[in-house]
Amino acid sequence: MNFRLRVWRQPNAKAAGRLVDYEARDISPNTSFLEMLDIVNENLLARAEEPIAFDSDCREGICGTCSLTINGEAHGPDHPGAVCELYMRKFRDGETIIIEPFRVRSFPIIKDLVIDRSALDRIVQAGGFISARAGSAPEANSIPIPKHDADLSMEAAACIGCGACAAACPNASAMLFTAAKVSHLSLVPQGNPERVRRVLKMVHVMDAEGFGNCTNTYECEAVCPAEISASFIAKLNREYMRARLRASAGD
Amino acid sequence: MIGTLDAKIPSGPLAEKWTNHKDHSRLISPNNRRKFEIIVVGSGLAGGSAAATLGELGYRVKCFCYQDSPRRAHSIAAQGGINAAKNYQNDGDSVYRLFHDTIKGGDFRSREANVYRLAEVSTNIIDQCVAQGVPFAREYSGLLANRSFGGAQVSRTFYARGQTGQQLLLGCYQALCRQIAAGTVQMFPQTEMLDLVIVAGHAKGIIARSLRSGKIEKYAADAVVLATGGYGNVFYLSTNARGCNVTATYRAFKKGALFANPCFTQIHPTCIPVSGEHQSKLTLMSESLRNDGRVWVPKRKEDCAKPPNEIPENERDYYLERKYPSYGNLAPRDISSRAAKEVCDEGRGIGPGGRGVYLDFADAIKRLGENTIRERYGNLFEVYEKITGEDAYRVPMRIYPAVHYTMGGLWVDYDLMSNVPGLFVIGEANFSDHGANRLGASALMQGLADGYFILPYTLPNYLAGQIGKRPPADSPEFQKAEGEVRARVKKLLDVDGKRSLDSIHRELGLLLWDKCGMARNAKGLGEALQRIPELREKFWREVQVPGDGEDFNQSLERAGRLADFLEFAELMCTDALARDESSGAHFREEHQTPDGEALRDDGNHAAVFAWEFQSDNGHIAPPKVHREPLHFETVHLTQRSYK
Repeated sequence: MNFRLRVWRQPNAKAAGRLVDYEARDISPNTSFLEMLDIVNENLLARAEEPIAFDSDCREGICGTCSLTINGEAHGPDHPGAVCELYMRKFRDGETIIIEPFRVRSFPIIKDLVIDRSALDRIVQAGGFISARAGSAPEANSIPIPKHDADLSMEAAACIGCGACAAACPNASAMLFTAAKVSHLSLVPQGNPERVRRVLKMVHVMDAEGFGNCTNTYECEAVCPAEISASFIAKLNREYMRARLRASAGD
Repeated sequence: MIGTLDAKIPSGPLAEKWTNHKDHSRLISPNNRRKFEIIVVGSGLAGGSAAATLGELGYRVKCFCYQDSPRRAHSIAAQGGINAAKNYQNDGDSVYRLFHDTIKGGDFRSREANVYRLAEVSTNIIDQCVAQGVPFAREYSGLLANRSFGGAQVSRTFYARGQTGQQLLLGCYQALCRQIAAGTVQMFPQTEMLDLVIVAGHAKGIIARSLRSGKIEKYAADAVVLATGGYGNVFYLSTNARGCNVTATYRAFKKGALFANPCFTQIHPTCIPVSGEHQSKLTLMSESLRNDGRVWVPKRKEDCAKPPNEIPENERDYYLERKYPSYGNLAPRDISSRAAKEVCDEGRGIGPGGRGVYLDFADAIKRLGENTIRERYGNLFEVYEKITGEDAYRVPMRIYPAVHYTMGGLWVDYDLMSNVPGLFVIGEANFSDHGANRLGASALMQGLADGYFILPYTLPNYLAGQIGKRPPADSPEFQKAEGEVRARVKKLLDVDGKRSLDSIHRELGLLLWDKCGMARNAKGLGEALQRIPELREKFWREVQVPGDGEDFNQSLERAGRLADFLEFAELMCTDALARDESSGAHFREEHQTPDGEALRDDGNHAAVFAWEFQSDNGHIAPPKVHREPLHFETVHLTQRSYK
C-alpha cells in the first residue's frame, strides 16, 4: 500500500511548527501505524534527513505513551485502541493521512509529535491514591467487596493515562481522566477515608493545570482506548458535590 | 578484587532465616533517615515500590525513569497475574509449596533461602495491594478470586482481568505520587542513567542524561538501587517495550558489579507469531489463556495449510496433553516453548513460514459459553483481533514462542546488594529468584516483594555504617565518570555512517535468536562469539546517529542502548557456552534426555555463574567467571517432570 503523509514537524516547544509532506511506499497492510512511521524514518535517515520524533513504548496498547492525532482523531480511526494498536489495513491505499500531536494547551509540544503530559501526573499527585503504608495492611479478605463494585472499580481503573480524552474534547477537559481515578478509588471501601479530600484536591489541580470543563460532548468516551465510560464524569460530579457539602459542614 | 562469592545467607532453618535476619539487621532511626539520599533507577513494580516505601520511611529518594511518567514502566504490560501462597482456595497451597514450585520451576538453579523468603512475603503483597485499592477479580461472595497458572497444581494466582501488571503498577505509582507530593521522593522522568559512580569502592551516585534537554548531570547518594528490568531486547524482537534496555546494569557491570547467569532468558510460549520484516515488537498472549485454551498442531504435515476447522479431531495432535498428561496445557514455559519449536521443526507448524501452533478455545466455549470466555479473556481476544485481523472466538489463535523475560541479572547477596557495596539490584534486573526458568505470575510477585518488603529491611543494614559518607557530586570520581559519558555521547554522534540503528539491531537479534535462543550448541555459540565483535565494529564504523547531544534526540538514546547490547550479547553467549549443561530455559542440544528434555549436570553446574568485566588496554577482554555453589538443604534435586 502507498500513502501520502502530512506530518507535524516542530523543532522544539518555542519554535513554530508546520505540516510537512512525506511518502510511505510499499507498506504491508499488516504493518502497524507506528511501524509504518519507523519505515518512513529509516527512509529519512537514508536521505540524511532528521527522523520524525514520536513517542511509543510498549506497542501493545497498555502503557499510554503513544499519542497521535490521525486525520483529526485522537489515536486514529480504529476505536477503541491506542495508536500502537492501529494497523495499516484500516486505511485505503493511496490515502492522505494527516498526523499531529495531541492538541491540548496543558500538553506542551516537546518536539514534532512528542508532548509533555506531566499535568496528568500532577493531578494524581494531588490525591489520586489511597494512603496505605507498606506493613500496615489488614488481611486482604477481611473486607469483602461486592463483585459488582469491584468490577466497576476495575472499569474505571483501566485508564492508561494517555490523555486522548483531553485531546478529543473541544474544551480540552481532563475530566474523564480525573473521573476515572476518583471513581476507581471511591468504589472500593479502602478509598473511603480520603474520599472527600481526594476529589477536592484533584479537581482543584485539574483546573489549575488549565484543563477545561465538561460540556457533555462525549468525544472523550469515543476515543478512549480503555473504553472508560463518560458516566464516570457524572460520578465525579456527584463525588465533588458530596465532598463540597461535607467540607462546608466541617467534615 | 573479588574473593569467594558470599551470598551471606543467614544460618538457621529455612523457614526462620528471614525472620532471624530481620531481627538482627541494623536499623536507622526515624530522625536519621532524612540524612540519607537514595537513588532508585527505574519506576516499575520493583523500583516504584522501593522508591515509595523508602520515601514513606523517611529517606530522601531520587527516582529516575526513561519514560515520560513512572506510570508507563513496562511492568504495566504484565497480563496474567501475581502468585501468593494465601491458600484461599483450600486446595493445599502453602508457603512451602509455592517455594517448592518456584525452585523446581527454575530447574534448581536458584537459591533456596531467597526463594523461600519470596514465597513467605507473597501473602503480604496481596494485603498491601488490596489496601491500596487494586481492583483484583472477586467472586460473588466479595472475596478474592484465583486462577491457576503454569507449573503449579493449585490456584494461587490473583488477577485483575488481563491487566494485572497495570493495576499493580498503578497501585505502586499512586503510592509513589503520594510521596512525590509529600516531598520525600523527587522524580526524574525522561532521565536515563548512563553510568554508575564508585567512590572508595562504594556505589555513591550516577551520571544521568535528561532525554528532554540532553543535559548530562551528576547525582550523588548514599546508596544506589537499580530496578531497570531485563535485557530481552538484546534479541531486537521481544515482548518488552521498545525502550527496555541493558544500559544501567551493563554500565554497573563495567564498573565491577558481577553479572550472573546472563544466558538464562525466558522464551514465552504464547505470543502472536512474527508477521513481517518491519515488525517492531512481539505481543504476548497471557499464559492464563492456557487454562482454557488447548494447544495443537495437525498430526500430518500435509494438513498444515488447511483451515483448522477442516481438520477433524482425530487428525489433531494436542502435543502438550499427550507429552505431559499431568500438567497438560499448563506445562511450564520453557517446556511448552521447546515443544512448540519441536513440532514446527518437524514441519507441522501452521501459519506464515510454518512457525506457529494453534491455541484453541472451541472446547472451552462449548463447555463454559462464550460469555464466560469473554469475561475471562475478552481484552486479550481484542488485542489478538487488532493485530491479526482474526476472531479467536471463531478460529483458533495462532501462537509461537518469543523472548519475554530474563532470569539472569546482576549478582546480589541475600540483602539484594551486589558485590559492589552500596549497589542494590531489585526486580528483573537481579538474578536471584527464578533460577533457569521463571514460573508465570512470579515476576510481579518478585518485583513487589523486593520493593515493598525486602529492600526496606536490608538497605538500612548497609546504610547504618555509612552516616556522613556521601561524597559531593563534584568530587573527582564524579567528574571523571561524567567526562567518560560525554566522550561516549560525542563518539556516537561522530561516527556519521550510513547504516540505520534498526538494521544493525535486527541483525544482532536474528543472530542471537538463531544461536542463543530456544536451543543452543557449542558450535553455534562459537560462531556467535566470532560474529558479535564484528558486528560491534561495524556499528562503530557505519552507524548513523543524526542530530546533536544537547537536544531531544531519540536516535542518540537508542544508539547508546544498542552499543551496550552489542557488548552484552557477547557476555550472554560466553555464559551460554560455559554452562555446559541444559537447565530450564537454557537448552544445550548436547545435553538432553532420550525423550528430549533438559538434562542438568548437578555435579558440575549446580552453581551461579557470575561474570566479572575485564578489559585490556581499553578493549573488552574475556570476562572472568566466579562460581557461587548452590546448596540445597531442603529440596531434593530431581529430574524435573511434568508428565
